[in-house]
Amino acid sequence: MNAIAPQAEGEIADVIAEAHAHATPLALVGNETKSNAMLRPVQAAATLTLRHHTGISLYAPKELIIAARAGTPLAEIEAAVAAEGQQIIAEPPDLSALLGSAGQQTLGGIVACNLSGPRRITAGAMRDHVIGVRAVNGAGEVIHSGGRVLKNVTGLDLCKLLSGSYGTLAALTEITLKVLPASEAVGTVVLAGLDAERGVAALAAALGSPFGVSGAAWLPREAAARVPELAAFDAAVTLVRIEDFIPSVAYRTERLRAEWAGFGAAAILEDAPSRALWRAVRDTVPLGHASGDAIWRVSVAPSAGPRIVAAVARLGGNCFLDWGGGLVWVAAPARAESHAAITHAARASRGVWWLMRAPDALRASLDVVPQEASALARITRRVKEAFDPQGILNPGRLFAGL
Amino acid sequence: MIELPPPKPETLAARPRLIAGLRALVPEDGVIAEALCLKPYETDGLAAYRQVPLAVVLPETTEQVAAVLRFCQENGVRVVPRGAGTSLSGGALPLADAVVVGLMRMNRILDINYADRYAVVQAGVTNIGITDAVRERGFFYAPDPSSQLACMIGGNVNMNSGGAHCLKYGVTANNLLGLRIVTIAGEILDIGGTHLDAAGYDWLGLLTGSEGQLAIVTEITVRILRGPEGARAMLAAFRANEVAGACVDAIIASGIIPVALEFMDRPAIHACEAFAHAGYPLDAEAMLIIEVEGSVAEQDDMLGRIRAICERFDPISLKVSQSAEESAAIWKGRKGAFGAVGRISPDYLCMDGTIPTSRLPEVLRRIGEMSESYGLKVANIFHAGDGNLHPLIMFDANDPASFHRAEAFGADILKLCVEVGGCLTGEHGVGVEKRDLMPVQFNARELDQQRRIKSAFDPDWLLNTAKVFPLKPDIAHAA
Repeated sequence: MNAIAPQAEGEIADVIAEAHAHATPLALVGNETKSNAMLRPVQAAATLTLRHHTGISLYAPKELIIAARAGTPLAEIEAAVAAEGQQIIAEPPDLSALLGSAGQQTLGGIVACNLSGPRRITAGAMRDHVIGVRAVNGAGEVIHSGGRVLKNVTGLDLCKLLSGSYGTLAALTEITLKVLPASEAVGTVVLAGLDAERGVAALAAALGSPFGVSGAAWLPREAAARVPELAAFDAAVTLVRIEDFIPSVAYRTERLRAEWAGFGAAAILEDAPSRALWRAVRDTVPLGHASGDAIWRVSVAPSAGPRIVAAVARLGGNCFLDWGGGLVWVAAPARAESHAAITHAARASRGVWWLMRAPDALRASLDVVPQEASALARITRRVKEAFDPQGILNPGRLFAGL
Repeated sequence: MIELPPPKPETLAARPRLIAGLRALVPEDGVIAEALCLKPYETDGLAAYRQVPLAVVLPETTEQVAAVLRFCQENGVRVVPRGAGTSLSGGALPLADAVVVGLMRMNRILDINYADRYAVVQAGVTNIGITDAVRERGFFYAPDPSSQLACMIGGNVNMNSGGAHCLKYGVTANNLLGLRIVTIAGEILDIGGTHLDAAGYDWLGLLTGSEGQLAIVTEITVRILRGPEGARAMLAAFRANEVAGACVDAIIASGIIPVALEFMDRPAIHACEAFAHAGYPLDAEAMLIIEVEGSVAEQDDMLGRIRAICERFDPISLKVSQSAEESAAIWKGRKGAFGAVGRISPDYLCMDGTIPTSRLPEVLRRIGEMSESYGLKVANIFHAGDGNLHPLIMFDANDPASFHRAEAFGADILKLCVEVGGCLTGEHGVGVEKRDLMPVQFNARELDQQRRIKSAFDPDWLLNTAKVFPLKPDIAHAA
């Protein structure tokens, strides 16, 4: 397959305009850390990679914004903001170990997939902090939406529509993010030995407290064993995180321990182990998986998380819960029967799923995300045509025939 | 004045038949057609514009909304959605040939779930009504626009409303989980749900702030949050706008994100003090109201840090509240700002641009120069943390020349906001007010891209026609 790797936005636009003129399908990728594993495989005549369209174009720490071209490695942006004591709010995960990929994921890739870490429960998703985009639509036209200010309701919000559209509507070329100060300290309160049901009830109690929890996860015993900071508990663990100034972390973790008295005696983990363990949760380190396993990501109301856990247990798969119980990471044998069981459980709880990793043949044959109701599917098709009239951008990535 | 499209003669001619048809779709008193009864619907919070609609329909269920929209599409009738009618951008301004679909009878709270921290409410529930319903358990709904006692959540969704506390808690879009919407074809669709991330395209994000261009929202699943242990405000007054702006930068740079960070300029301080007697320093050029949250000890710690930062900027006065009552007194003037300006001027326009915060001193200086040249007074209120600027332009509506000058002044301010890297509207929406300024911010290609999305939902352009998008696609670049 041809790989085209332009450096400038104008060249990206030219490539797409040319493909539009000839109705040539293009696979849009960054550093391919996710595109060879996630969702449906794309059949395309050529690959357009944005990995050479790089560089931070604007960083104004006092205004809490950073803008960079889509091919910029996320790690470069994280380092730049960390140098000013700031952070990317949604705490995006690095799934390269999970997805079996090498190389550094790009800003464009993480935004196009709208992937967020544990802080999502309280601080919003990646898409919530995308305040401006530049993009090339499927006709090769450069468009922008949003800008460099934190509050902006001018016109339709294409920043959110294009975030999480997996390169099927437009090629994101430049993204402006809101950032925030990194907290001075991190602390974790841990309850050992609760099952999923009790664990999620404890997480709900913590999230319903006034103490500003910024992470809420439940790990079964074998998942906790994969995280060095938690292995000593030798049990399922229920975790909440506080990120704040040093005195507040001390105060709030103590108050949460008291809040949890009815669930058992909780332990408090200090700053360094807390940072390490939440990074592990972010990157799905707790999820045990064999090479023949497929990976799913399931989003449900938090109280439904334990029902997904039960369904996965019946399959003999592995899982853990983040987002207070509302995000379930699942690994199970890569078979259509596993998919049927997991998606049935998600649907029964009014939730949704993404097939994150599976052999090509399997992910080409399954609903990698839920099918939309027919009236909504018609709108999806018309909006796709509104951006990409020839259907050349990542065809089939989300839905077969789209 | 803003141009409105000519009414469709065939719609006006069919009025009796259309009204009879609508009467068959909703309860008996749910169609308003008498001239006197239509009068209250002729305008919204942008009262300079008025137009009596063809009729008003007040459905009570999503199914009735669907039947009304299907009927309107079949008959080629334009539709204007309306909540409480508090829009400051003319988002609910009727057209002479349009049916206003008012959601105020859909005012029930359908479900509250504390374990999963959401509430399902109908579009006609007021913003404060959600918080009132969950307050007993210590929860609240975070976005708090100034009109929160009256404005309805359906309107908040359509305008992506903000408020004084969105620096910490985000705007409407950041606090939603799901929507039930009705398309112009009368299809009822559920978007999102009770989970955080939704699959497929981000319809929730696209519909939020879409100003009634894409669909009518009838039910909303909002996130509810547990409130903090407490909150307290402080007031800091400075000798110059530049100094107050630098102080804001220093607070943010220290790693503190206060829950609110409000800036008032000298005319705003004077107007509010005369109205509310809040004890604001009249010798200051600029004043900040800063609010923090947490336990009493945490508040003390945070206010102590902020106070130390403020002291580096030679403040005229610093007042740290010691109680909820003192905090309320500090907020009293700010919250009464619109009434205060209304007291010193017969009428005012409330503008709503956003600017990069670093450009504030320059922008305020240039607004001051424009104020001189237009001969109209202006007071500035600014959400300093997020750059959202609200100049209040004072004029006399009984003097048409004064109103036209005020409109031109407002347009110049918004063009200035875009010129320095900001945008036309931070939280009030484009509506009819800023429609013709859209080419200042978007080129023709970009507007066409947005128009095609509108067409994907509403192929005949019946929903809230003549708002948001300039009437003529080939309108010259206004900048």
